[in-house]
Amino acid sequence: MVTTTSPSAPRAVRGGQGKPLLSVRDFNVEYRTGAGTTVQAVRGVDLDLYPGESLALVGESGCGKTTFGLGLLRLLPRLGHASGKVTFNRGDGTEIDVLGLDGRDLRQFRWRDAAMVFQGAMNAFNPVLKIRAHMHDTMRAHTKATRKEIEDRAAELLRLVRLEPARVMDCYPHELSGGMRQRVLIAMSLLLEPEVLILDEPTTALDILTQRSIVDVLHEVRERLGFSMIFISHDLSLAAELADRVATMYAGRIVETGGVRDMFYKPRHPYTLGLIKAVPPIVGDLPDLESIPGGPPSLAALPPGCKFNPRCKYATEECKAEDPPLVPVSDQPGDGHEVACIHYKEVHLDRPAPNNELGTAS
Amino acid sequence: MSAMETAPAAEGRTPLMTLAGVSQVFDTKAGPIHAVNQVDLSINPGEVLCLVGESGSGKTTAARMAAGLAKPTNGQVDFDGTDIWSMNRRDFSTFRRSVQYVHQDPYASLNPTRTVQQTLTAPLLKHGVVKGGKAAAARAAELLTKVDLTPPENFLTKYPHQLSGGQRQRASVARALTLDPKIIIADESTSMLDVSIRISVLAMLGRLRDDLGVGFLFITHDLAIAKYFGWHGKTAVMYLGRIVEFGPTPKIINAPTHPYTRALIDAIPEPDPDLTKTKGLGSLRSLEIPSLAHLPPGCSFHPRCPLFEGGLCDGVVPELVEIRSGQSAACHVVARDGADVLRPDPPAT
Amino acid sequence: MADTIAATDAASAIGTTGVSRFGGILSSLRRSPAGFIGFVIVALMVLITAIVPFFTPEVAPNVKEILLPAGTPGHLLGTDNEGKDVLIQMIGGGRTVIFVGFVAAAISTALAIVLGSLAAYLGGWVDSVVVTLTDVFLTIPQIVLLAVLGAFFKLDSPILLALLVGGLAWPVLTRAVRAQVFSLKEREFVEAARLLDLGTPRVVFVEILPNMASFILMNFMIGVTNAIYQLVGLYLLGLAPLTGSNWGIMLNRAWIAGAIFNDNSLAWILSPIIAIILLLLGLVMMTRSLEEILNPRLRDR
Repeated sequence: MVTTTSPSAPRAVRGGQGKPLLSVRDFNVEYRTGAGTTVQAVRGVDLDLYPGESLALVGESGCGKTTFGLGLLRLLPRLGHASGKVTFNRGDGTEIDVLGLDGRDLRQFRWRDAAMVFQGAMNAFNPVLKIRAHMHDTMRAHTKATRKEIEDRAAELLRLVRLEPARVMDCYPHELSGGMRQRVLIAMSLLLEPEVLILDEPTTALDILTQRSIVDVLHEVRERLGFSMIFISHDLSLAAELADRVATMYAGRIVETGGVRDMFYKPRHPYTLGLIKAVPPIVGDLPDLESIPGGPPSLAALPPGCKFNPRCKYATEECKAEDPPLVPVSDQPGDGHEVACIHYKEVHLDRPAPNNELGTAS
Repeated sequence: MSAMETAPAAEGRTPLMTLAGVSQVFDTKAGPIHAVNQVDLSINPGEVLCLVGESGSGKTTAARMAAGLAKPTNGQVDFDGTDIWSMNRRDFSTFRRSVQYVHQDPYASLNPTRTVQQTLTAPLLKHGVVKGGKAAAARAAELLTKVDLTPPENFLTKYPHQLSGGQRQRASVARALTLDPKIIIADESTSMLDVSIRISVLAMLGRLRDDLGVGFLFITHDLAIAKYFGWHGKTAVMYLGRIVEFGPTPKIINAPTHPYTRALIDAIPEPDPDLTKTKGLGSLRSLEIPSLAHLPPGCSFHPRCPLFEGGLCDGVVPELVEIRSGQSAACHVVARDGADVLRPDPPAT
Repeated sequence: MADTIAATDAASAIGTTGVSRFGGILSSLRRSPAGFIGFVIVALMVLITAIVPFFTPEVAPNVKEILLPAGTPGHLLGTDNEGKDVLIQMIGGGRTVIFVGFVAAAISTALAIVLGSLAAYLGGWVDSVVVTLTDVFLTIPQIVLLAVLGAFFKLDSPILLALLVGGLAWPVLTRAVRAQVFSLKEREFVEAARLLDLGTPRVVFVEILPNMASFILMNFMIGVTNAIYQLVGLYLLGLAPLTGSNWGIMLNRAWIAGAIFNDNSLAWILSPIIAIILLLLGLVMMTRSLEEILNPRLRDR
């Protein structure tokens, strides 16, 4: 990627340099509800995704992760409305205003520039079509590729996700196991060489060994093809495994973002800290875990000020006054580490990182 | 209320419940499905037994047999030393009330048309645990306090749809406690809860175990959860209907003796970016899980097992044998060569 | 650890207060215009036919005033071939029809609930017996059976009529209830109730049934509609004794008297038809929107 002037200097540059591939500013998603009212599912999200970067969006269910992902690709249900500015910088230098796209351009953007892999792998397939037909339909809808080219491309990608094309192409979706379907879906989403892949809970509901194989496949494929990735997961371990950068979402906002090591070893938002403390590791002795009291607030009745304050043990009266903006962490600057908490200087993870000598990366 | 000692599981005590050589075969159009095959388990009073396995491992079927919800095709389920399927009506009823089940889905496990109070007082009144509606309501409030739904008066009048997932699951636990059970079977009871809530529900269950001396059969697909909840108890790992490894939980987690358990532990990502880099699939030979309808001959893990030896593993089904003290595994190779054939430590890279 | 759940948590999780089911149904009915209109029509007709006859004069045959056309002073809808006022007959004629319709539907619904849910929940021989019974009843041509029974029994009491109509209408709903209970009994909360040893009657009628209340209410409405159809059919065919006066009897007599060939008696034959159609239309509209309102997936949202 050619380096040009960076639009927002202090932001994360990990994983890629220069101009972000996808730049999101003041992104909002509203859902219209029954009685003529609206709820804000995503509120004022700013985010940059750099070429080759892998970004994890983590948070509890109902925090707006999936809505955000759908909104980015303009896949929201009819009652949802996205606003703000989403700029996609194609490799060839053209700039696309994603929220302004429609018709043909939008369809083209969705597969060729950015593709999404959904959670339920079964629902993404048409049950009466073989995998071959899915591959051909997807390619033909967007390119003028010949039969041969499509076959070759599909086979190449299937091999990349460790599937045998000869075996898989003539199968119906239901004839494949869950893990195989998920891998086929990843292969399909990569058919048109998108620059961004959005994965929504890509391994949820899969068995552990299958999950691991998907994770390994993603690592491999990304290394080979070099696309950027946004993946949405409630599973922090998966974020630790796959992400270069992590963004924690709470009540529709990003409350903390930073490099994966900063986020896991030096989280500065009480919510990120709480999430990390709530996940049991598998190796080692019995860990001291803690859960976050209460549950995520209803989007229809958000508390005043910082949305996390009713559940936060650091909360003071000030927290109820104003929703703090995302600011760079100043006392221990990390890799574009930003946090939206007025008490972030008091927030420390008091668990020793297992490899302390690797603990700081700058 | 049965005043039971809360001493940690002592050897030699008669177990409260035993499953002896229990099998469950489902007849389907595709032929018989051996969902559970020759499983032996026992639960002592106040002890935690974790049953860990992936989907299709038969863990839920085994749990349903332990709860008396399904009758085993073969083998025997004993409660307090008596076969539950040859009990008379009264004894079976006692057994029913002594063994309670907490389901996975907090949205399906509470009756949507009943308030929490109605749900909790029905069994109390039906079985005469308390006399009269007032006493029942008071007891219901007490139970809600036990499961951390406080103040109880905020929850008694609620319908399930007015509660969050975690609160519903707590209400389900309170319902399971109404008849002072001796064993609670928790079937993936926390797997649908958010991470932030899961730990507090597990801690609450742990307190019930310690304070009330309730034994737990804790079923989960998540070894990390089994580790957290069952650290002082035992863990059985199931694969395709059989127990492949059994032993004290810390040993299962930190020094597994079956290649399947090893593979699972090596595969699970860690919530730690450096540590998780040491994880991987190892040298697993295949990713495909064999179908229960067409189980491979011999050890059913052999098509995937890194230790596979032709002639040895694909002939006879391995027996569960003690590998180290208190820890047993069903593996021909480990039984012959010892657990050192599995990598002793997680790899350094 | 083991933090007590903050009250705010509870408060945020609560979207609705515990309004009574019925109140909820009424208020939702108001939101669906068709359903509300249907409800108003049915309620008005029930009220009018139940109350107004107490204040209308007795109709008596009057040879001087036969077959007066509609609009005649004193006889707004004219008179029939015996000189009886059509309007008064029309107002009074709904009583039996509506009564028999509702009682018959209540009988068939009650039978269906008990038989269907026990068959599904208990399974085994109970299920086999019920299923066979429904099969037998479903294969008998009902109108022929009614004709035969009508010949054997004196069907002059509305209760007897309701018993007869309701006693023949249960098999279809029984099948439907059975299917519903089959799926509900696999639900986890039913299993939990079984594990608490709450006893079969309680599990079936307290735990399972309320979950299909809306389904049952809907089918009850459909049952009323069907029973009214059957009843009117019985009268029209002359299979029930034509004593007294109701919409069915009016229809039968107007038909036999050849009222359709006489311009003057158009109101005579049309008025019971319109009354019946209006009532059934109201019931159907109400049922339709109840179906939308009570769909459990849409409720509580």
